[in-house]
Amino acid sequence: MKDTLLRWFHKWGSPKWFYDLSGRWMPWLAGLSLICLLVGSIWALAFAPMDYQQGNSFRIIYLHVPAAILAQSAYMLLAILGVITLVWRMKMTEILATACAPIGASMTFLALVTGSLWGVPTWGTWWIWDARLTSMLVLLFLYLGIMALQDAIRDPSSAARASAILAIVGVINIPIIKYSVEWWYTLHQPATFKLTEKPAMPMEMWLPLLMMLIGFYAFFAWSLLLRARHQVLIREQKTRWVTQLLDAKPATKSDPSESAKS
Amino acid sequence: MYFASFADFLSMQGHGIYVWASYALGLVLILANLLVPIWRTRRLRQRLQRRLQSTAAPAKELNS
Amino acid sequence: MKPQRKQRLIWIGALVIAVAFAAGLTLYALRANINLFYTPTQIAAGEAPLDREIRAGGMVVDGSVKRADDRLYVEFAVTDYQENVVISYDKILPDLFREGQGIVAIGRLNEEGKLVASQVLAKHDENYMPPEVADALAAAEQAKQAATANP
Repeated sequence: MKDTLLRWFHKWGSPKWFYDLSGRWMPWLAGLSLICLLVGSIWALAFAPMDYQQGNSFRIIYLHVPAAILAQSAYMLLAILGVITLVWRMKMTEILATACAPIGASMTFLALVTGSLWGVPTWGTWWIWDARLTSMLVLLFLYLGIMALQDAIRDPSSAARASAILAIVGVINIPIIKYSVEWWYTLHQPATFKLTEKPAMPMEMWLPLLMMLIGFYAFFAWSLLLRARHQVLIREQKTRWVTQLLDAKPATKSDPSESAKS
Repeated sequence: MYFASFADFLSMQGHGIYVWASYALGLVLILANLLVPIWRTRRLRQRLQRRLQSTAAPAKELNS
Repeated sequence: MKPQRKQRLIWIGALVIAVAFAAGLTLYALRANINLFYTPTQIAAGEAPLDREIRAGGMVVDGSVKRADDRLYVEFAVTDYQENVVISYDKILPDLFREGQGIVAIGRLNEEGKLVASQVLAKHDENYMPPEVADALAAAEQAKQAATANP
C-alpha cells in the first residue's frame, strides 16, 4: 500500500508523465464540462422555475454558487500544493500552483460580481460590508497577491516557495468564509449546499444547480491541465522528451526547397 | 420552457439585465480560462519548433 | 520521511497555528465592529448607541407598514418576537420587502427610539421554492388553521 502510494507520488513528480496523462484526460474533461455547462445553463435560464420571493433573479444562483464553491476549492488545492512544494520541493506542484491561482481568482471575481448583480434586485444593495462579502473580497486579494508573487520572482522555484507560504497563511480565510454566515449576523443567507442535510430546494431547482456544479469542477480541471501543460513546456523546453514531442508533431510545414538543397 | 414568449425570456420580469449580465460575465471568464492557455501553448510550441529547426540542421551536419 | 522534510512540515504547521491564533484574536477583538447589529430587544433595552450609525433587523410586523400618500415616506415596525422597533424610511424599498419578511435597516436612532433608516435591505433565507409550491404550502397552512379553528 505504502509502496504504491509512494510510486504514485513519484510519478506525479515527473512532468513528462503528467504531460502524457493529462493529454489523455483532457478530452473527457472537456466533453463533461461542455455538456454539463451547456445543458445546465439552458436548464437554469429557460426551464427551471423561478423563486416565489426573488422571481427570476434567482437564476443567478446557478452561476453564483458553483463559482463561489470552486473559488474556495481552488484555494484549498493551492494551499495543499503549497505544503507539498515547501516540504518535498516537487516541480509538478509548483507548476500546478501557478496554473491554479488565475482560475481561482477569476472564479472569486465571478462569485463577487454575480453576487452583486443578485443583491441589487433582492437585497436592495450591490455591496454591504458584511462578514461573508468581506471575507470573499479578502480571498480575491489573496489570489491576486499569490499571482503577483509568482510573477515578481524570476526563479520559478523561489517564486513557488514564496507564494506557497502566502497560500498556506491565507488558508485561515477559508473557514472564516464558510462559517461567516453562522458566526455573525450577515445579510447573506446560509449555505445552499450542505453535505449532511437534504437540499433546501425542490428537485427541479436543485438538479440544474448540481449539473452546473459538476460542469464547473470539470471546467476547472480542464483549464488547470491546459495551463499546467503550458507551464510544463516552458520549464522543460530544453529536455529531450519535449524535443522529441515537438519533432514528432510539426506544427509548421517544413519548406521542401530547403531539404532539396541539402 | 418556463417563459411564455421570447421577449419574456429576455426581460425576465425586469430582472433580465441582472441575469443576463451575470451569464455574460460567466461565459467570458470561462472561455478566457480555456482559450488563453490554448493560444499560449500553441504559440509556445511554434516558437520552440522554429528554434529546434534552426538549431537541428547544423547539429545534424556535425553528427554525420 | 526524511528529518529535514519533517522539520519543514512542522514549521508549516506552526505557522498555520500561529496565523489562526492571530486571526482568531483579531476577529474576537473586532466582533462588535463587524456586527454593529442590534436586535429590537437590545434597542428597547437602550443598548444601542444614539450617536452613530447602527444596523437593526428583524421581521416586518404584519399590518405595521404605513405609507405616506404624497411622498415615498414609510414607517413600519420590526420584531424579534420579544420587542418591536419602529423604522422610518424615505427611499424606494427593495422588491423583497413585505410584511413577515426579514429585513436589515441601517440608520440612526432618534430620541424616541425610532430608527431613521438611510438604507433598508431585504434578507432572504436559503429555502428557495417555485411560486406554485409556495402557494400550495400557504393554502395547506390555511386549511390546517381553518381545521383547528372549527373542529
